[in-house]
Amino acid sequence: MTKIIEGLVKGNVRSLAKAITVVENDRPGKKELLKAVFPQTGNAYLIGITGPPGAGKSTLTDKLITLLRQQGKTVGVIAVDPSSPFSGGAILGDRIRMQQHALDEGVFIRSMATRSHLGGLAKATVDVIHLLDAAGKDVIIVETVGVGQDEVDIVKIAHTTVVVMVPGLGDAIQIAKAGVMEIADIFAVNKADREGADKLVNELRSMLDMATGDWKPDIFQTVAKNDQGIADLLAGIYQHREFVQNAGLDKEKFKSNVQRELCTYLMDGIVELAQACAGYESLVQAIYQKEMTPLEGAEKLFQEMGINNEWLMVGGDNAEKG
Amino acid sequence: MTCDEHKQAFQQRQQQWQELVDKACARFPERRENFATTSGIEMKRLFTPEDVAQVDYTEDIGFPGMYPFTRGVQPTMYRARFWTMRQYAGFGSAEETNKRYKYLLENGQTGLSVAFDLPTQIGYDSDHELAEGEVGKVGVAIDTLADMETLFDGISLDKVSTSMTINAPAAVLLAMYVAVAEKQGVAPEQLRGTIQNDVLKEYFARGTYIFPPSPSMKIITDIFAFCKDNLPSWNTISISGYHIREAGSTAVQEVAFTLADGLAYVDAAVKSGLDVDVFAKRLSFFFNVHNSFLEEVAKFRAARRLWARLMKERFGAKKPASMMLRFHTQTAGCSLTAQQPDNNVIRVTIQALAAVLGGTNSLHTNSRDEALCLPTEDSVRIALRTQQIIAYESGVADSVDPLAGSYLVESLTSQIEEQALAYIKKIDDLGGVVKAIEAGYIQNEIGDSAYAYQKAVEAQEQVIVGVNKFTIEETPPENLLTIKAEMELKQRQKLAQVKEQRDKEAVSKALSELKQVAEDGGNLMVPILAAVKQYASLGEVCGVLRQVFGEYQEQ
Amino acid sequence: MAKRIKVLVAKPGLDGHDRGARVVARALRDAGMEVIYTGIRQTPEQIVATAIQEDVDAVGLSCLSGAHNNLFPKVVALLKEKGAEDILVFGGGIIPDGDIAGLKKAGIKEIFRPGSSTDETIKFLTDHVNQ
Repeated sequence: MTKIIEGLVKGNVRSLAKAITVVENDRPGKKELLKAVFPQTGNAYLIGITGPPGAGKSTLTDKLITLLRQQGKTVGVIAVDPSSPFSGGAILGDRIRMQQHALDEGVFIRSMATRSHLGGLAKATVDVIHLLDAAGKDVIIVETVGVGQDEVDIVKIAHTTVVVMVPGLGDAIQIAKAGVMEIADIFAVNKADREGADKLVNELRSMLDMATGDWKPDIFQTVAKNDQGIADLLAGIYQHREFVQNAGLDKEKFKSNVQRELCTYLMDGIVELAQACAGYESLVQAIYQKEMTPLEGAEKLFQEMGINNEWLMVGGDNAEKG
Repeated sequence: MTCDEHKQAFQQRQQQWQELVDKACARFPERRENFATTSGIEMKRLFTPEDVAQVDYTEDIGFPGMYPFTRGVQPTMYRARFWTMRQYAGFGSAEETNKRYKYLLENGQTGLSVAFDLPTQIGYDSDHELAEGEVGKVGVAIDTLADMETLFDGISLDKVSTSMTINAPAAVLLAMYVAVAEKQGVAPEQLRGTIQNDVLKEYFARGTYIFPPSPSMKIITDIFAFCKDNLPSWNTISISGYHIREAGSTAVQEVAFTLADGLAYVDAAVKSGLDVDVFAKRLSFFFNVHNSFLEEVAKFRAARRLWARLMKERFGAKKPASMMLRFHTQTAGCSLTAQQPDNNVIRVTIQALAAVLGGTNSLHTNSRDEALCLPTEDSVRIALRTQQIIAYESGVADSVDPLAGSYLVESLTSQIEEQALAYIKKIDDLGGVVKAIEAGYIQNEIGDSAYAYQKAVEAQEQVIVGVNKFTIEETPPENLLTIKAEMELKQRQKLAQVKEQRDKEAVSKALSELKQVAEDGGNLMVPILAAVKQYASLGEVCGVLRQVFGEYQEQ
Repeated sequence: MAKRIKVLVAKPGLDGHDRGARVVARALRDAGMEVIYTGIRQTPEQIVATAIQEDVDAVGLSCLSGAHNNLFPKVVALLKEKGAEDILVFGGGIIPDGDIAGLKKAGIKEIFRPGSSTDETIKFLTDHVNQ
């Protein structure tokens, strides 16, 4: 592990890759590793790229990499694809469109499967971001599949979230219903050479007119495969970055990110602890037999673990505060 | 008997037969619960007139040489002349391949078919870094006109018809062929042959693309226009289902995706201002023929009928020649086994017979050793003899479309046509072939079929003799043809020599003129012809076009 | 949690016949593995860089053009050069019997020829990874 950490800090690609495997697979040494890199994190700019399958996210990412490299920035990419619900395996094919960067030492691309984790991200995504960040990547792009608000955890993590849309995959009402309006900092209407692109842009624009808040999302038309509109899109991302940094949102985001991580560990830990309680199985059985409610069951387990949880005691009415 | 009485008698007999079937099945259960073709079409226990009740003889089957050409594109088919026996060949250097061509012609082959190596097919010279290890491997290496001159040395180009399997750089190789002919004193209008020139299928089935779809379509229509004026007897495109099938598609998908590509080319040509009744007669097709004998025969008949109807209905073609689907067939490379390779001779025989009964216009029969390596001379001769035995000994070529009227064959023909048309409509809905490729639709459909087939083989639902049944311990075969590593080095030396001896100033002038025309959108054939005559290399010409048009990125 | 086997399926060289590579990729996925597919026309350098970044357990190379004797050993050599010789390399395609010994000597652990089943590849990987 020491060797991996040393290599990682020195910028060794193999060490970084090995480190990612350690966090992705919860291997021994994960704690030590994250502890070693944690002080060096919080520097990279995080861009989320999300949108429906077939929107051209990977091609767009590929072109953004090219442009960022021309500007002298190092880039880390995490490309997330869903695992098969049947076998747990996955085919990770996003890389096909980014292979021109395979030999560029300033670019590190890693494919990740969701491994049945919900929210469009792999469970270890945040840890992997930490590692890429500590390895000195200036910009980290996280590419995920997602269409609705519930499917895009990336928005909680990324400094700038780009939602990629294409003409012909549904009208603006559906977009609104999917909650996309709330998550996008920037819209990229890709494949803009197709019929219906202007219509989609207009619909988005009229919906955005109703949006409130300090930041009004911009819309960019791109044809990623022909390299059209990418420079404008990146300029738009920079503009949003300026807004984020001026408002101190990047610091806030970092804080909320680490807080969410803390909570995740807490939850995982408590669940594990609870499941280790002697009466756990029979309790589940009792709930299944409708002898008690799940809430009562949780209360009982908390008592057993010696945790005095007030909101549970009063019946969950104050759950919001938790 | 009246009509009603006939019907009654039929139903009565059918009922009786059904009872016999039930008894028979009780004693000897059938081998499978369901029988189906590779495309999932049900192979019923028995096909009867009921299965062809919807088929109208005059409208749907008709007469050979007449719309809708179900029975063939010529009125007498093989009674006048057999199909062209054309063995695809090419390996190593132009000298070696030239020797093989002369051998084939001496043995009674009636047309040439050139296989190029991968660097040539992708527009790289033999000295390009990506060409390392690939030079001369799957075909002959052609860098400059000098190689092409060697390739056809001693072969009069006014006497043979030549098919060239070349796609993205088709314009360059055609230009070289025209230039060689000129040196032999043969005028362009005397040249007969075919260039594959079918880039669309490269994007989803074969992989030797260079440029993005839109400049590729432009180059293709440039060739159509040039040939219309200069090479009137040249087949300007060979729209290929062969590789779609090799990539794992079913028979129905092969017909559907091939004809969908064909529609895209016709559409592009019409949009570029060409008259459908002028260029469409020079379109040709290229299909695979696999083991499923009856389905394959029906496939060819269905493809001919569907194409004729599409050309008439969608493009308003008027001349019969514009509606005729003329095609070359190659037996299925993917059906060959490395195990017990002599068994491949029998597979190829069955496949070749299906192609002939399906009315193919020319045929390549694979050699038994092609799952192992490039074919040896002995293997190629057996493959050619297979065709000659079918032609001269079997008698199947003596009457036109002999399987017509078979309840099974006519029913399958109709079903394949119907299902292929449904696919074509689905592709229409996606916005055409290019959009369907970009969306990954066609790749996924083929990928699903390929995977399903593999699983069927592994579950032994699909038996492959010698592979998953009737296997034996084998000693590795000997005397395989190999390409020596020195060949690559020699080819590079030859290229360097040609580059040294040519008029360097004329070459760079020709290349910059080519660039100008490419940027201005003019017809590219003329400047390409001028450049290759100055011994500009294939890689140099394609390099200029790469600069202007960019390269395609795999989806 | 049991370790997930991660495999890179790659097509070195100019050969565009990707049926076999894609079928194997699907079969490995259905056997619970995570498969990264590079697409066609990859140089050995690109394949090795990808294998290292993705930290895969194995690299499967598919080639039908006859260039395997050049390309496969080069991948093994480059992996070694980058200190990643622990990554298992296997291959498939149209590969004559006579070439197999040479390829194995060059460090390609197994060659799967036409007609071999995907189960053999799966078994090979589960047997050799995790050691």
